[in-house]
Order: sequence, then structure tokens, then C-alpha cells
Amino acid sequence: MTATAETTDTTKAIGRPIRRKEDERLLHGRTNWTDNIQLPGTIHMATLRSPMAHAKITNIDISAAVASEGVLHVYIGADFPDLPGTTCVWPVTDDIVMSHMPAICTDEVRYVGDVVAIVLATDQNLAVDALQLIDIDYEPLGAVVDMEEALKPGSPLVHESAGTNLCYTAKMPCGDYEAAKAKADVVVSRRFINQRLIPNTMEPRSVVAAPMGMSDEITIWTSTQIPHVLRVLLALLTGIPENHIRVVAPDVGGGFGAKLQINREEVLALVLAKKLGRPIKWTEARSEHFVSTHHGRDQIQDIEIAATKDGTVLGMKVDLLADMGAYLQIITPGTPLLGMFMYSGIYKMEALDFTCTGVYTTKTPTDAYRGAGRPESTYAIERIMDELAAELGMEPMELRKKNWIKHDEFPYTQIAGLTYDTGNYEAATERAMEMFGYEALRVEQEARRAAGDPVQLGIGISTFTEMCGLAPSRTLGALKYVAGGWEHCTVRALPTGKIELITGTSPHGQGHETAWSQIASDIIGVPVEDIEVVHGDTGRSPYGMDTYGSRSLAVGGQAIKLAGERLVEKARIIAAHQLEVSPDDVEFSAGTYSVKGDPEKSTTIQAVAFEAFTAHNLPDGVEPTLSGEATVDPLDFSYPHGTHLAAMEVDTETGKVTLRKYVCVDDCGVQINPMIVEGQVHGGVAQGIAQAMYEGAVYDAEGNLLTASLAEYLLPSAADLPSFDTDRTVTPSTTHPLGTKGIGEAGAIASTPAIINGVIDAIRHLGVNNIDMPASPMTVWRAIQAAKSGGN
Amino acid sequence: MTHISATVDGVHRQGDVEPRTLLVHWLRESLGQVGTTVGCDTSNCGACTVLVEGRSVKSCSVLAVQIDGKSVTTIQGLAEGEEWHPVQKAFKECHGLQCGYCTPGMVMASVDLLNENPNPTEAEIREGLEGNLCRCTGYHNIVKAVAMAAAEMGASK
Ligand code: FES
Ligand code: FES
Repeated sequence: MTATAETTDTTKAIGRPIRRKEDERLLHGRTNWTDNIQLPGTIHMATLRSPMAHAKITNIDISAAVASEGVLHVYIGADFPDLPGTTCVWPVTDDIVMSHMPAICTDEVRYVGDVVAIVLATDQNLAVDALQLIDIDYEPLGAVVDMEEALKPGSPLVHESAGTNLCYTAKMPCGDYEAAKAKADVVVSRRFINQRLIPNTMEPRSVVAAPMGMSDEITIWTSTQIPHVLRVLLALLTGIPENHIRVVAPDVGGGFGAKLQINREEVLALVLAKKLGRPIKWTEARSEHFVSTHHGRDQIQDIEIAATKDGTVLGMKVDLLADMGAYLQIITPGTPLLGMFMYSGIYKMEALDFTCTGVYTTKTPTDAYRGAGRPESTYAIERIMDELAAELGMEPMELRKKNWIKHDEFPYTQIAGLTYDTGNYEAATERAMEMFGYEALRVEQEARRAAGDPVQLGIGISTFTEMCGLAPSRTLGALKYVAGGWEHCTVRALPTGKIELITGTSPHGQGHETAWSQIASDIIGVPVEDIEVVHGDTGRSPYGMDTYGSRSLAVGGQAIKLAGERLVEKARIIAAHQLEVSPDDVEFSAGTYSVKGDPEKSTTIQAVAFEAFTAHNLPDGVEPTLSGEATVDPLDFSYPHGTHLAAMEVDTETGKVTLRKYVCVDDCGVQINPMIVEGQVHGGVAQGIAQAMYEGAVYDAEGNLLTASLAEYLLPSAADLPSFDTDRTVTPSTTHPLGTKGIGEAGAIASTPAIINGVIDAIRHLGVNNIDMPASPMTVWRAIQAAKSGGN
Repeated sequence: MTHISATVDGVHRQGDVEPRTLLVHWLRESLGQVGTTVGCDTSNCGACTVLVEGRSVKSCSVLAVQIDGKSVTTIQGLAEGEEWHPVQKAFKECHGLQCGYCTPGMVMASVDLLNENPNPTEAEIREGLEGNLCRCTGYHNIVKAVAMAAAEMGASK
């Protein structure tokens, strides 16, 4: 069932665009960013980073720095020879070549930004000043920048002992691609580049670690998406017992995957706080962020699609080169494989032959960035569908309609083995085309083409789905991921009737405090204002798997529901006792327990909470206090989908690309708070458009990052983006009890092919059939010139 | 060290600063006014925007000594007691913030923009906020919020 209406039931909190609880503190500067924390006796840490992409360290002289004003300690690799700086929890194949990233490099540096020394001083400026006094001699070893070069014999080796720059090869043959290809009338292949991106959360990373004095506990405040996972990993890496570590993610200023990581600065801050018994603080400068926080994407995709001449897709071959960078961090090798199952997108086909080769280079490590693997797969399938349509002379939307899974074919097990529970691609597309004015724009496109207008119009389509809501733990285990995919919630009724909702999710802009209150409000019948959501602190929320992969609502929401229901059931027993009837004779609605057939006889959940606290009159066998607790492992991933359309204008004389109109209709099932959903779509779409039109990390042949500041790396401003026309269709998920699906990454996953398809659609008649991202004026102009002169 | 005094969010503050101390660091480190955030080291992001004598300034690009004798308003001093500034109200109403890290600067830049141009078009809002980066919202709701605040402030004049 697909609906387009938002809820009109004002007695329910779910479905209403309730304004956010978080905003008051954020709008008055009363926030607690990690860098705001100023503890007495704090020691400031500064990091010296390698200016060389790949070199041997032949000599280090720290004497001048040690003697410098305010400096307490200078440490180099030899001081912590066995301390790792990160770890990889996803060794994707049995024969993967793992790497060791030391907390501080000992004898070799492997990317510009690798840490070679740290200074601890009484003041941040003095620490930074002293960095310049450290003298290091390097002997160059040869940069490895290009993935294809890296795989050639004779290339310098990023990890000498491995004997190769090949990290892993992962294969997933589904069906028989060669047989499918043999039946095909048309085979189209393209090479797509999914360029390297730099996440640029507006809040730089920051960490404070401090022994708290009243126990052996060390508290580490850090700007992270994953306080719970980080606690486990910090314990494993440092040997400090897990129960001595408390991780707090205070207000976190954006994540997008960049803070789904264990970083050497966190490891060092923890170890040094323990060693020195003083608070240690480090905050990343933006210029450090560019080289030291992991990057995203960076794939070369060789894609081939085979079809019959009537436009029936038969199969697809995917051959990826994925740049790992210099070391494997938390899920570096797994990130491209998160897209592995999604190369067929929303389409039916009989074969999908997938291969991914992970390659080491002397660049900043890559890892998850908004969408992680699925933007890359979506780009590949949606781009190649347009190329196939052009080859067949079909209208690209017609080709999609012919091949997509119809709404009455769900649940549908696709070629890679995933079972999409629900979806309605027809409904979302119809709505999007109507909002877009699709037919009228096609007419305008024709007219401009006929008139030879220098500014041509193109229509870009992306009809996508994605898998998110990581995930059933068993599935993750089968994929060699070392953690589970469950989520935890405790809902606690306090004596005064206020509610504490303790969640294992860890927000950084997604509005969990508001949305989780809405869910709990409907289940336990207390007002949204009376619910306080506690998150991001392993001291207060002991269990959790944190926030990434659009999992918080899809997985965490289920735990909230079940925990709330358990609380309601325990309270029912106490209420029945108070009302002197059997629990079966008690009805619960909107926070009130009443006797069936005698609604005057009633009590409230708040009154029950107080009874549970005094415990003066509880039924036999019922324990005092009132709470409900649940840990839920999801049945399946979640499969949101949607149709995104972009009207692109391309000035054929200058190559300038303008995004004239962007329409998207997403289907994320039931929406808890449509205002927040829409905000997630806006932000995701903007990041995808940024990849398609503006952003890209550029390295020179020596491995220097040329786009190393906000002056060179084009993060779009308000002036670079339009407003978006958004809507949703609602096809509830059948595998998630609330009917919800993830939405955090959908916009970033869907939008890049819409933009690029639109650019190419505008100039295809000139002979252009590919444009690499970002579609800068220079790139587009060159493509037009190349097509004119016969090549492409 | 140079002795400076300034009115910060309506309160008289003074202290000794090093000549190289940036205004934003004086606010954050010395005065404990940590509501203003720092997003970059190249004056590109606008997170640190405050008002000096009523005009918006990137507080990472002026020295603390330059504001001696002047008045500074940060996000923490924008509301009049319990009464939120119309821009603050509109940001909440329009969901113009997600993580909120860019918000202190974005709000202060918006206040300045509306002081200069009480009735801006969408294009003028977008251009006016060009120096303030947001990674979360895609700007759509920020633009909406500024337009709403403009309408609200116009109506209340
Ligand atoms: S901190 Fe980025 S402009 Fe001031
Ligand atoms: S709300 Fe997060 S950067 Fe703007």
C-alpha cells in the first residue's frame, strides 16, 4: 500500500512535523562541543604530520621542541613502538593484506598527514609553535598515487613486507553473466570514476581524555558517531580494561561517516591521560582535517550491461578498483562492498558479475562517507541505464519502467540475493514526473536543440533503491564484519512520571531527541515534552551500536518500540493490582489504564510509576521500579527508494553547468517526523550534488593533496545550490515493526547520477557519452571539444 | 600582552591578550563564551561569525586587540532575555539547522543580512550567506528561515 498523505491524526505524535527539542540549546550557543570542554590542568596535544607521501624517517631531532616554552613532552614513534593508531574490523576476504597504522610512525611515513611526532604543552598555541622546532630527515621512497600504476610490477610498495599493493580481490558472481551476454543484442560498457571526496563535517574532530579521579575510570569525550563501538576498540587496542573507559559523544557537529572511525588521536589521548594522570586535549585544525580525517569514495568502475534490442536488461558486469589509501581503518575494505549487492538497483536481471579489487596507495585512508558503497553502485547502474537507453534509442525513463520491479512483485528477491520487502517505483516516479513537469521539459529540450541554442537543456533521471539499516547480525557475520547489527533501548519511568529514554544510537544532527520522543510518546502515552532522550555516553547508555548506515530509526526505532511496550506491560500488572482487577481486564490507551467496561475506574502510567517507586503496594512477585528494556536484531536491511529528477542547463560554449530544478520523491516508509525526513533529504541531495558538480580531492604525482583547504576544495555554499522540490510516497516496510526505512543517506545516494545524466542528456547530441565528476566547466567544455573532434 | 576591554553580549569584559590572539579565541578560551564555534583556519566557513558594533565579522579573522572599546554580540547574546530573536525562531520553525555547528555563525550572518536588506529575494539571501558553510541542511531550510524572519521582522516594524 502506498500513500502520499501525511498523518492527520493529531492524537498521535508519530507522523507530525514536531519542531526539534535540540534546537533551543543549539540556537543559543548553549551546546557542549568537545572543544568547549576546559578541564583544570589540561595538557594540549598537537600533531606533527608528514609532508611526504612516502618516505623513510632517517633522523628525528626533538631537542629544540623539548626546550620550547610551555612544552611538557614531545613523543615520537619510538616512545610507543607497539601502539596501533587504528584498527580494521572488516577483513573482507580470507587472504586480505592487512596493514598496521602505528599511533605515531616509527620508521616510515605512508601519506601526507601521517603522524610523526606529538607535542604536549600547557597551551594550544605553544604546542603548535613547538611543532615547527622538530627536525625530521626523510628519505623518499616513491609515491603511489594511481591505482592502476600501483598494481603494476615495479611500483613502489606502500607496505614493503606485503610484497604487493593489492589489498584484496572480492568476487560475487550471481547468475551466469557470460550466458546472459551471449543472448544480448546490445552490450554497453563505460568507465566511471567515482572521485575521492573529503567529508568536511563543519565541526572538526576533537577529543578530550581525562582520568576522573573517583575510580580508575578515564572519560574520553570525542566528536564521534560511535561511542559504544569506540569503547570496545580502544580497550582492545590499548589494553586498558573496557570497564575503565567511558566514552562520551557530546554535541557532535556532523558525521557523514567521517566520525565512524577509531583515530590515532583518540588512542593517544587516552593512553597519555592514563600515563600522565592529566586531561589531554586535541582539536583538529581544518587544514589537518583535509589530510588526517579519512576520505570517501575513490573508485574506478568498469561497468558493462547486456540487453536485448527491445530493452530487456539481461545482465551486468562490474569491475571495481577501490582505493584504500595507505592503511585500512575501521571499515576501509568493506566500504566499497556495501554497494556490492546493489549494482542491479531496482531492476530485474538474470546475472550480475561483481569483482572489486582493493588497492593500497600513499594517500589518506578512505572509509565510509555518506552512503558508503551505495552512492557508487547507484551511480554505476543509473549512469549505465542512460547509456543503454541511448544505445537502444529508447527514452531513458521508458527503459527503466520496462526493467524495474513492479509494485505487485514485492517481496522480490533480486539477483544478488537480497529480498526487497516493499516498494512502489511507479508511484514515486509518477509523482516526481508530475512535480517536475517532465513532458513540458522534454518539449523545451527539443525546441532548444532544434534552435541550436548555445545553452542546452538536459533531463537527469535517477530511480534508485538502497540497502540500509545495518543490519541482521548474522548477515554481518557472514560478511566477515566482526560486530553485530542490533540496537538497544531502555525506557525508564522515573518516580515523578518523567521518562528517560536511553538509546544506543548516537546522533550528530539527525534529531533523535525529538523523533525518539515521538515514538515513545505514542507507545507509552506520555507527552513528548516529558521524555528525555539520553544518548552518546557509555556511562549512561551502556549498550549500543551507534549511528551510521541509516540505521538509527530502522534498527534503533524497533528497540524503542519494544522497550516501550515492555514498560507498558509491566505497568499493566501494577495498574490492575491498584484497580483490583485482573491484568486481562485492563485496557491501556494514551497513558491511562482503565477497567474494561468501567472506564471511570482508571489510573495513569505516571501514577503507576510512583507506585513502582514506593513499592508499598505492589502485587506479589513484581519487582519495584518501572522500566522496559529491549535489544533488537533486525530481520533484514531496509530498502528505501525514490525517483530524483534534475533539469540541467549546459552552456555549450563555456561548459558551465547550471542546476535549474531538482525534484525528488523519496519513499522511506512510515515517517516519524516528516520535517526531519525532509531535512535529511535536503542535506543528502546537497552532498550528492556537491560530488557531481563541485568537489573532488586532487593529488599531484608526488602524493601531495592539492585541494587541501576550503579555498581549493569547493564545498558548495548557499549561492551554489538551488531550493529543492521534495515529496514522499509512503510504502511501509513489512520487515520493520514501525514500517519505517532509513533516510539519512538516500539523498546522497540518489543525486549524483541524476545530475550527471542530466548534463550528458543536454549535450549527448554533440557526441558526448560520459563526463567524470565533478562536472566543472573545464571538464564539460573539454568533453564537448573532444566529441567535436571525434573522440570522447 | 595588551589590555583590552569590550562589551560582550551586554557585559563589560576586560583582560590581557597577546597581540596574536584572535577574537574568537579570546571569546572561547578567555571569556568562556564557547557558543561561537570555529570551523576552519582559513576564514572560509563563517562558523565564527559575530556582530561587532552591529556588523557581522568573522571572529577568526580579527584580532582581539582590534575590538578594544567596541561591543560584540555573539549567538549567546542575541535573544532579549526569554524572547528569541526572530531569526532564531525562524531557524527552529523552518528546521534550518541539523547538527547546529554552523548555526551560531549562520544566525549572526542572517541577522546582519536582514539589517542591511530587510526584504531580500531568495537569490539575495543565498548570495548574502555565501561566506557561511553548512554541511547538513543543503541550505534549503536556512534560506526559508531567513525569508520567514524577514517577513516577521517587517511585520513587527
Ligand atoms: S572559523 Fe571558519 S571563518 Fe572563522
Ligand atoms: S547544521 Fe550542521 S553544519 Fe549546518
